[in-house]
Amino acid sequence: MKVALFIPCYVDAFFPEVGIATLHLLERLGCEVDYPLDQTCCGQPMANSGCHDDARGAEALFAQNFAGYDRIVTPSGSCTHHVRDRMTSIEQTPEVQAVRRNVRELVEFLHDDLGVLHYPWASFPHKVGLHIGCSTLRALREAKASEIREPAFNKPARLLSAVKGLELVQPERPDECCGFGGTFSVFEEPVSAKMGRDKVEDHHRAGAQYIVSTDMSCVMHQQGCARRAGLPLRFLHIAQVLNGVSA
Amino acid sequence: MMNRVDHAEASSKFIEAKDHADFHDKRLWDLRRKRDSESEALPEWETLRALASQIKEHTLTHLGDYLEEFERNATANGMVVHWARDAAEHNEIVHRILEAHGATILVKSKSMLTDECEMRPFLENRGVEIVETDLGERIQQLDDEPPSHIVVPAVHKLRGDVAEVFGRTLGTDPDNSDVPYLAESQRRHTRPTYLRAHAAMTGANFAIAETGTFVVCTNEGNADLGANLPPLHIASIGIEKLLPRIEHLGVFVRMLSRSALGSPITQITSHFRAPRPGTEMHVVLVDNGRSERLGMEDFWYSLKCIRCGACMNTCPVYRRSGGLSYGATYSGPIGVIIDPTFNLRKYSALPFASTLNGSCTSVCPVKIDIHEQIYKWREVIAQRHQLPMVKKEAMRVAGKVLASPKLYRAAVEAAAAGLEHLPRFLVYNPFNAWGRQREVPAAPAQTFRQWYVANRGGER
Repeated sequence: MKVALFIPCYVDAFFPEVGIATLHLLERLGCEVDYPLDQTCCGQPMANSGCHDDARGAEALFAQNFAGYDRIVTPSGSCTHHVRDRMTSIEQTPEVQAVRRNVRELVEFLHDDLGVLHYPWASFPHKVGLHIGCSTLRALREAKASEIREPAFNKPARLLSAVKGLELVQPERPDECCGFGGTFSVFEEPVSAKMGRDKVEDHHRAGAQYIVSTDMSCVMHQQGCARRAGLPLRFLHIAQVLNGVSA
Repeated sequence: MMNRVDHAEASSKFIEAKDHADFHDKRLWDLRRKRDSESEALPEWETLRALASQIKEHTLTHLGDYLEEFERNATANGMVVHWARDAAEHNEIVHRILEAHGATILVKSKSMLTDECEMRPFLENRGVEIVETDLGERIQQLDDEPPSHIVVPAVHKLRGDVAEVFGRTLGTDPDNSDVPYLAESQRRHTRPTYLRAHAAMTGANFAIAETGTFVVCTNEGNADLGANLPPLHIASIGIEKLLPRIEHLGVFVRMLSRSALGSPITQITSHFRAPRPGTEMHVVLVDNGRSERLGMEDFWYSLKCIRCGACMNTCPVYRRSGGLSYGATYSGPIGVIIDPTFNLRKYSALPFASTLNGSCTSVCPVKIDIHEQIYKWREVIAQRHQLPMVKKEAMRVAGKVLASPKLYRAAVEAAAAGLEHLPRFLVYNPFNAWGRQREVPAAPAQTFRQWYVANRGGER
C-alpha cells in the first residue's frame, strides 16, 4: 500500500527518532512510503487558539502536500483529529475532503487498515505505562474511555500485547489528561505543570519504568515534568516499541 | 469595563496551598469514581443519556409552549406565577412579594439561579435577613464567599477552615474540627431560624409543564423544612428547567444524583404542587439571557444542563484550580461555556482554561458537547478581538511560519543546530512558562527531515 507520511512539526524538530521508527515500521509492513518534503504542520495550534485565519495557510499547505494519497499516516492523534474533524478554515473542495477522510493515526492504520496484530521482531521486557492522548482516546476513540459505559477495547494496548516481555502497568487514573493541551501548557502553566506532575507520579507509583504513548506532545510535557521531579521514568512513542527498539 | 478574569493567576495561588489543592483533587475525583460505579450498575446508562438529551432538545425547541402550559397548570393548582426577564426583574419581583407579606426573614435552600441574579445582597440591602440552610452554602455565606462548586459549595475548604469560619461567626471552638461537632453546631444555629422565618425560598431542579408542579432534589432536608414551615414559599426557576411530562422526570431523577455525587438518588425528592391551606406559593420563571442563548446556533445546547456538576468533578483543570479561580457564578467546564454569554470580555480567558480533553462531554448526563463548545468559544473570542495581545501575536507569527516550508525549515533547523531556545512558533510566547516547572526537551542533532534527506535523498 502506498501511503504518505506526515511528521508533525514537534516530532520533526524534537523527536526525529519517532519519525524514523514510524517510517521503518511502515516499510517493514510492506508499505511504500512517501514523505512530502514541503510539509510543516496541520494548523492545529492556531485553530485550537481560536485563530482560524492564522490556521488557513498551514491547512492549505497540508492539503496541497497530501492531496491524492489513499492514506496519510501520522504518529499523532491530535493532528489526526484536527485534520479529520476540525480542518475547516480552508475551502472544502473534494480534494480537501479526501485528505481529511484519508488521514490515519499510526495505531488506527496498523490496527484497522492493515490489521497487523503481530510484531514478532519486537521485544521490550519492561514495565510500561500506556499514555493515550485525549484526542486519540475520545475523538479517534482508539480505546474505551473510563466515562463511557460500553464493552472494553483498547487498540494501542492490543498492539503492545504482541510485544514480547512487555508488561503493562495500571495507573490509578489511566485516562486522566496529562495537562499538555497545546498553548494551555504555557498560558495555563500552573495547572498544566501540576497535572503533568500528577500524571507521571501516578505512572511511577504503578511501577512503570517506561511511559509509552501514541502522542509525543503529551510525552514532551510529561518528560519535562518527570525530569524536573527527578523521577526515573523513560519515554517512548508506540512506533518505537512496535518497531523493535531495545531499551 | 470589567477586568478580565485571570484564571491562570488564580489557579497558581490555589495550587500553592498544597494540602488544599491535593484534597480538592482527591475529593472530587472520588465523586467521579463513585459516579462511574453507579453508572456501571445501570446497563441502560448510555440509553438514558441519549433519552435525556432528546427530551431536553425537544423541550428547548418548544420552550414557549411548555412554559405557557406550565403557567396554566401551576396557576390552576393555586400557585402564583411571575415572569422575570432578567436578574434585576427577578430580584424586584422577589422583593415585592416579600414586602407584600411584611416578610423580613427568609430561609433559603440552594439555588445557583439566585447567585446568578446576585439576589442576596439586593435583598439584604433592603432589610431582609437571609439564612442559607444548605450546609455548604451556609459555610460559604458565613465566610462571605461565593460557592466554589454548584453541588458541593464549600468543597475547597478543609474541615479546619470550617472550624475557623464557625469559630469566627457562630462562636464555636475554632480548634475543634470534628465533623459531627461542626455539623451539629451549625444545625443548632440554623434550626430556630426555620421557626422565625416569614418566608422560604427554594430553587427547582425540574418543572413539569403537564402537571404545573416543580421538583426539588436535596440531601439535607433543609429545603423541605423551609417550604413547610413559613406561610410563604417562593421558588426561583430558570426557564430551561422545564420538562414536558411527569413521565420524563424518571429519566432525569435516575441520573442526577448518580452523576453529581455517585449516589443512586438524592435523599429527598420533593414534588411541589400547591400551597398548603392558608399559605402562598410563588414561582418566578427567570430568563436572564437564556432566550438569547437559545438563539445561538453553536451554544444553545448548554441549556440542556441539569446542574449535576459531573463535568466539574471530572475536569482535571477544575479539580486543580478550584471553582473560585473562574471568578464567575458557574465554574468548571459548564461555566466556561455559559459565563461568556453573560460578559464576553470579563470571561474571555475561561474557554482557554481547558485542555479540550473531552472528559466533560463524556460524563455529561444530557450529552452537552461541552468541549466542542469550548473550542467554538475560542473562535468567537478571537473574532471579537478579546485574545491577549501576546497570544494573538504568537498565533499570527506561527501561522505565517507554518504556512511556509522555507520559514518553517529555517526555524526548526536553527533549533536542531543547538540554539538554546526553541523557536517561538513551536512553543508560543511566553515560552519562559514552559521551563518554570518542566525541563525543556533537548534539541536533536538533526530534524527528521534532515535525516530523511541525508538518508533517503529527495532534496529539490
